Amino acid sequence: MAAHLSYGRVNLNVLREAARKELREFLDRCAGSKEHEVEKMFTLKPGSLPPADVKNIIFFVRPKLEIMDIIAGNVKSEVKQRSHRDFHILFVPRRSLLCEQRLEEQGVLGSFINIDQYILDLIPYDGDLLSMESESAFRECYLENDQTSLYHAAKGLMTLQALYGTIPQIYGKGECARHVANMMLRMKREFAGSQNQILPVFDTLLLLDRNVDLLTPLATQLTYEGLIDEIYGITNGYAKLPPEKFIQKKQGEGGKDLPTEPKKLQLNSAEELYAEIRDKNFNAVGAVLSKKAKIISAAFEERHNAKTVGEIKQFVSQLPHMQAARSSLANHTSIAELIKDITKFATYLNYGLSRIVASEAFFDNLTVEQEFMTGVDTDKVNTYIEDCIAQKDPLIKILRLVCMQSVCNNGLKQKVLDYYKREILQTYGYEHILTLNNLEKAGLLKLQTNARNNYPTIRKTLKLWMDDVNEQNPNDISYVYSGYAPLSVRLAQILVRPGWRSIEEVLKMLPGPHFEERQQLPSGLHKKRENRTTLIFFLGGVTYAEIAALRFLSQVEEGGTEYIIASTKLINGTSWIKSLMDKLEAPPF
Amino acid sequence: MGSELSQNSVTEAKIFHSAYRTGVAILTKAYRFSVVTNIEDQKIWRLPDVPGLQTSGLSCWTVISQDRQTKLVLASGRNIYVLDSDSCTSVTVPGLDPDISSYLHMSASFNYKYLALYTNTGCIWMGTSNLKEKLGEFDCKFHAPPKQMVWCRRPRSQQPSVVLMWDSLLLVAGKSNESIQYPYDELYLVPELDGVRIIGSKSHEFLHEVPATCEEIFKIASMAPGALLLEAHKEYKKESQKADEYLREIKDQNLLPTAVEQCIEAAGFEYEPETQKMLLRAASFGKSFLSNFSPERFVTMCRELRVLNAVRDYTVGMPLTYVQFRQLTVQVLIDRLVFRRLYPLAIEICKHLKIREFQGVSHVLKHWACFKVQQKEPDEDIAHAINQKLGDTAGISYSEIAAKAYECGRPELAIMLLDFEPQSGEQVPLLLKMKRGQLALNKAIESGDTDLVYTVVMYLKNEMNRRDFFLTLRKHPVALSLYRQFCKHQEQDTLKDLYNQEDDHQELANFYVQESYQEAKVEVRVAELQKAVDEYSKARNEFAAKATEEQIKLLKFQRKLQDETDKPYVDRSLHDTVYSLLLEGSHRHAEQLYKDFKIPDKRYWWLKISALAEKNDWEELEKFSKSKKSPIGYLAFVEVCVKHQNKYEAKKYVSKVTPELKVKAHLLVGEVEQAADIAIERKNENDLNLVLSRCNQSTDRSLVERLNKARSGANKK
Repeated sequence: MAAHLSYGRVNLNVLREAARKELREFLDRCAGSKEHEVEKMFTLKPGSLPPADVKNIIFFVRPKLEIMDIIAGNVKSEVKQRSHRDFHILFVPRRSLLCEQRLEEQGVLGSFINIDQYILDLIPYDGDLLSMESESAFRECYLENDQTSLYHAAKGLMTLQALYGTIPQIYGKGECARHVANMMLRMKREFAGSQNQILPVFDTLLLLDRNVDLLTPLATQLTYEGLIDEIYGITNGYAKLPPEKFIQKKQGEGGKDLPTEPKKLQLNSAEELYAEIRDKNFNAVGAVLSKKAKIISAAFEERHNAKTVGEIKQFVSQLPHMQAARSSLANHTSIAELIKDITKFATYLNYGLSRIVASEAFFDNLTVEQEFMTGVDTDKVNTYIEDCIAQKDPLIKILRLVCMQSVCNNGLKQKVLDYYKREILQTYGYEHILTLNNLEKAGLLKLQTNARNNYPTIRKTLKLWMDDVNEQNPNDISYVYSGYAPLSVRLAQILVRPGWRSIEEVLKMLPGPHFEERQQLPSGLHKKRENRTTLIFFLGGVTYAEIAALRFLSQVEEGGTEYIIASTKLINGTSWIKSLMDKLEAPPF
Repeated sequence: MGSELSQNSVTEAKIFHSAYRTGVAILTKAYRFSVVTNIEDQKIWRLPDVPGLQTSGLSCWTVISQDRQTKLVLASGRNIYVLDSDSCTSVTVPGLDPDISSYLHMSASFNYKYLALYTNTGCIWMGTSNLKEKLGEFDCKFHAPPKQMVWCRRPRSQQPSVVLMWDSLLLVAGKSNESIQYPYDELYLVPELDGVRIIGSKSHEFLHEVPATCEEIFKIASMAPGALLLEAHKEYKKESQKADEYLREIKDQNLLPTAVEQCIEAAGFEYEPETQKMLLRAASFGKSFLSNFSPERFVTMCRELRVLNAVRDYTVGMPLTYVQFRQLTVQVLIDRLVFRRLYPLAIEICKHLKIREFQGVSHVLKHWACFKVQQKEPDEDIAHAINQKLGDTAGISYSEIAAKAYECGRPELAIMLLDFEPQSGEQVPLLLKMKRGQLALNKAIESGDTDLVYTVVMYLKNEMNRRDFFLTLRKHPVALSLYRQFCKHQEQDTLKDLYNQEDDHQELANFYVQESYQEAKVEVRVAELQKAVDEYSKARNEFAAKATEEQIKLLKFQRKLQDETDKPYVDRSLHDTVYSLLLEGSHRHAEQLYKDFKIPDKRYWWLKISALAEKNDWEELEKFSKSKKSPIGYLAFVEVCVKHQNKYEAKKYVSKVTPELKVKAHLLVGEVEQAADIAIERKNENDLNLVLSRCNQSTDRSLVERLNKARSGANKK
C-alpha cells in the first residue's frame, strides 16, 4: 500500500502502522465489533447529515470551535428526525476542553457515546517527509502567541522517539525551536519510566523556526515540484490540473470531448519518474523527459524482436510496468508543458496573447525577486511593484514582493513602507489594514530602524546567492531557486560541516536563540556509524524547494548525512501569506 | 441490608472466595438464607425458603461458588438440599448407605468442585460438588462429629483426600481403606489451593499431597529420569565413574531433557533450601550435556525460589508454596509485602526479578511515600526524605503522593511534593482541588499543554472577580494570549475590556475596525472607524490613523455618490471606485478623488488608460496621451490597446515607445519584421532572442538567418 514510505533509511511505515493500529482500536470501541466496515465517508457540512443506512456516525475532526457548531447542527437535525444513530467524536490530534464546552453549550454533548482523541501529530507524506498539516501553525505561533501546535510538535517528536529511539543530539534556532526543545526535554523526564531501549535511528534533530528564514518561502520555487505547487497548489499530496492537456490521444477516435473536471494527480515518490524529476530545476526536467521517452519507445519496439514464445512471454510480463511508465511519462510531459506555457516567454508564439502576458509576468516577477535577493535597489520603491499594483495584479503577489523587499533590506524606510501600504489600501481596499498589521507583527514587513541593513552580511557569509548556478547538474543547493540558496537549508548544511561555531556572528543577527542539547542514551545504544541521519523540523512550514535542497544534500556523497524532513505544514509563499491575512467583509448594504 | 436481616438475628455466616470476589452467605434465626455474592457491591439476595427446615432443623451447610453462580448445599436430617437464587432442590447422594439418619459435617474443596459429607455413622463421603458422582468413601467409625473437615488436594490431582480433626487427632482419609493419623493438640485447619495449613498454638505446618515429580525422584529405587540424574550428580561429586553410567542410562533413552525438567520442577516443590539446591545442581549438571535446552525455566526457578525463601523466613512469615506463589503472581506478593510495610524487601524482590520499574520499584516507593506522608514529622523533613529516596525514579507520580498528603490534611506538604512532580500536567488537577489557582496556572503553562491552560483559565474565570482575573492573566502572557483567542471566538466584549485594561491601543483600534465591518449602516461604520482613528493615534500609529481617516472620507464620498446615482460604490476600494467612475464617464468625480486622495500620477494614468481602453473610447485615449508626457511611458498604451484587441490603435503609440522597449512594442502589435530590424540594429542579445522566439515556419527564412547572424555577432561582443 505505502511502499514508498519504507524506501529511505528510516522506515516511516512503522509510524504509519502505529497510527493505523490506534485508529482501528477506536473504531472497535465505537462499533463494538471487530469489523470496521466504514459504509460511507462524508465531508463535514452544515445542515443535516446525508442519508446512509448506518448505526454509527463518527465525526473525525480537528478541535476547532467553528467545526463544533457545524457538528452541533448536524446532531440537532438528526434528533429532530428521531433517528437512532449513535454519535462519536474523534478529535485529531487531541481533545479540547473548549470544544467540548462548546458542544455542551449547544446542548449536544450528551448525544455522544464516545469522545476520544486520535493522536496523529505527524503524518508521513513520503519516505522522508512528515507533516502535521496544521495550516495555522505559523499564524498561531507568531501572531497569536498560541503555542498549541508547538506542543503537538513536541508530542509528535516524542512519538517518533518512542518508535525510532531517543535522538541523542538536538540543535535549534529560534524561539519556537527553544520552546519545543524545552518541552521535549521535560516530557522525556516525565516519561523517564519507560527507558527507551531502541537503537536510535536519528543522530540529530535540528529544530528551525520559520521566522529565522522568512525570505525563502517568499521566493518563487523553481524546482519541478515547487512550480507545480506555486502554480496549481499541491494539497494533501494531490494536484488539480487543467484538463485540456491530458486528453488521451487515441487513434481512430474522433470524439473531442473536452473534459471540464480538473485532472487530479497524486504526486509522491511511489511514482518512479516523479521521484526522479520532482526535485530537479525545471530547466533540467525537459531533458530527462525526452530521454525517458526514447527509452520507453525503444522498450515497446522490443516486441518486434520477440520471436520465440519465451521471448514474447518475457515481453508480456513486462508490459504492465512499461504501460505504467508510459502513462506516467505522458502525465508529466503534459504538466511540464503547462508549466512551460506560464514560465517561458520563448517557444509559445502560437498560444495567443494571454499566455505571453502570463509568461512575461512570471519572468519579470522572477527578475525582481532576484534583484531583491542580490540586494539591488532594495531601499527604494520598486517600479515593477508599482506597476503591478497599478494594474491590480493579485494582492498576494504584491504582498510577497513587498515582504521580500522588506526582508532583503532588513526593513523598509518609513517613506517607502508607508507608500506601499497606502498603495495597497487604496487599490485593494482599506479592509486589508489588518492583514498589513499582521505582516508587520510577523516581521515580514518592518520599519527599518537605525540599525544597519545586515542582509548583505548574511547573504555573503552564508553564500545565499550563487552566480554560477548549474541547473542541469547542480553542485550546490542554490539550483532550487536558480541562484538563491535557501537560508534554512544553508543553516542545516553548515551545522554538519564546519559547524555553527563558524557562523556565530550571523546566527546572532537572525532572530531567536540558537542552542544545542544532548539526550542521554541508555548504555549499549551508542552507535558508531558513518552515515548520519538528521531529522530537520521546520516550525511554521517548509516549501518543496527547501525539501528538494535537503534531498540534494542527502545525495551528495561527501556530506554523508541523510535528512528526514518534518514540518507543521507544507507551504508556499501564497498559502503562507494567505494564512496571515484577515479577511474583513461588510454585510450587504 | 435486607429486611430479613433487620427482623431476624443472624445465627451463622460463611465467607466464600473466588478468584474475582469475596462473598458472604448468611443464615438467620428463622432459617432463611441470604447471600451477598460480592461484598464490593453489597447487593443482597434472599434465597428461597427450604421446606420443613424449622421442624427438622439444620445440621450443617456450605457454600458452592462456581462460575459466577452461588449455591448452598445444606443438610437437614437425612435430606440434602441444594439452594440457588430461585429454587430449592432435594438431592439424593449417590452411593451412600441408606441407613444414614443425619449428616454431621460437610465441606467443599478450595475450588468448590468437590464436596465431602460426614455422616452420623462415621462415614466420609467424597464426591463432586454437584452431588452427581461419588469419588470415594471412608469409614472412620467415629460417631463424634469432627471439629473440622477440610479438603487436601493439589490442582489436577486425581487423589481425593480429606483431613479431619478431632480434639487430639488428625486424620487423613482418601480412596484407600487405610487412613493416616497424627496425634495433635489444639489446632486449626486452613484449606488452601494445594494443601492444608495446620496452625497450632506453637507451630505452623503444611500438609499436602506429595507431588508426583517429587515422588518419582525420591521414591526408593526409582528409575525415573530425574532420580537417575540426581544419582548421577551425587556420584559425580564423589568423582565416581558411576556418574557416567547413570547419565548414559538416561541419555540412551533420550530422557535427559525430561530428567532436567523433573529436577527443576521438584526443586519448586521442596521447602528446604538444601534440597532445592541439590535438585537444581543436578538439573544444572544435566543441562550441561544438552545443547538445545532453554535456560529460561532453570533461571526463573532459581530466581523465584530465592524470593520464596526470602519471604518464608520467619521474620517475614509468608510460608507460600511455589504453586500458591504462581497462582498469586509476583504483583500480589509485592502488594502484600507493601501492605505489611516491608518496603525494602519488596524493592529487592522487584530488582531481583527484574520487574519493570513502573509496576515494581516505583510502585513500592509510591506506597512507601504515601505511608510516609502520614507520619508525624515536619513537612520539610518528609518532603526531603521522600525526594531523597524517590529522586527521579521512573514512573513515580508525585502528584498521587501529594494527593494523599492533601487527603491527610497536609496541604503544605502536598504542595512541596507537587513541586517534585515532573509532569506539570499531573499537578494541575490537585492544585485546582486545593484552590491554588495561580500555582495551577504556572504549572499548566509549564507543561506546554494549551488545553490544560484553558482548563485553569476557565476555572480562574469562575473563581475570581473580573479585576483579579485580568490582573492574573496579565502576569501570564501565554494564558492571556490564549484567553484572547477564546474571547475572539466567544466573547467579543470581554476582548475590548481586555485591551482597555492593558492600554493596548493598537489592538483596540484593530478591534474597532473589525467591529465596523460587522455593521451594515455606513453611519455606524464611520462611527466605529472614528473610534479606531482615536486609538491608532493613541498608539502613535500615524499611518493607520491617516489611512482610517481617508477611509472615512471615502465612505462618506461613496455614500453620497450612491445616493446621487443609485449605483453601488460603498465597499469598493478607492482604486475600483475611480475605475468605475472613469468607465461611467464621470471624469469630474474621478479627478476629484485623484486629487483629494493624492493618487500617484503613475497609477492614475494606468487607471485612466485601462478604463478608456475597456470602454473602447479610443479618441479620448489618444487625446489623453497627448495631454502631457506619460509618466508610465507609451508601451502601456500599446498593451491596453492590444489587450482589448485593437492593434490598429495600438500601432499609433509604437513610435512613441522608448527605443529599449520598441522591439517588445512591435512584437505586441504583430510587426515581427520591424521588430527584427530594430533588434538587429540595436545588437541586443535579449531582444534578438525575443524576436527569434516569435519566428515560426511561416516566417521569412532570410529574416531568421539575419537574426541568427546578428545574435552570434552580439554573442561575440
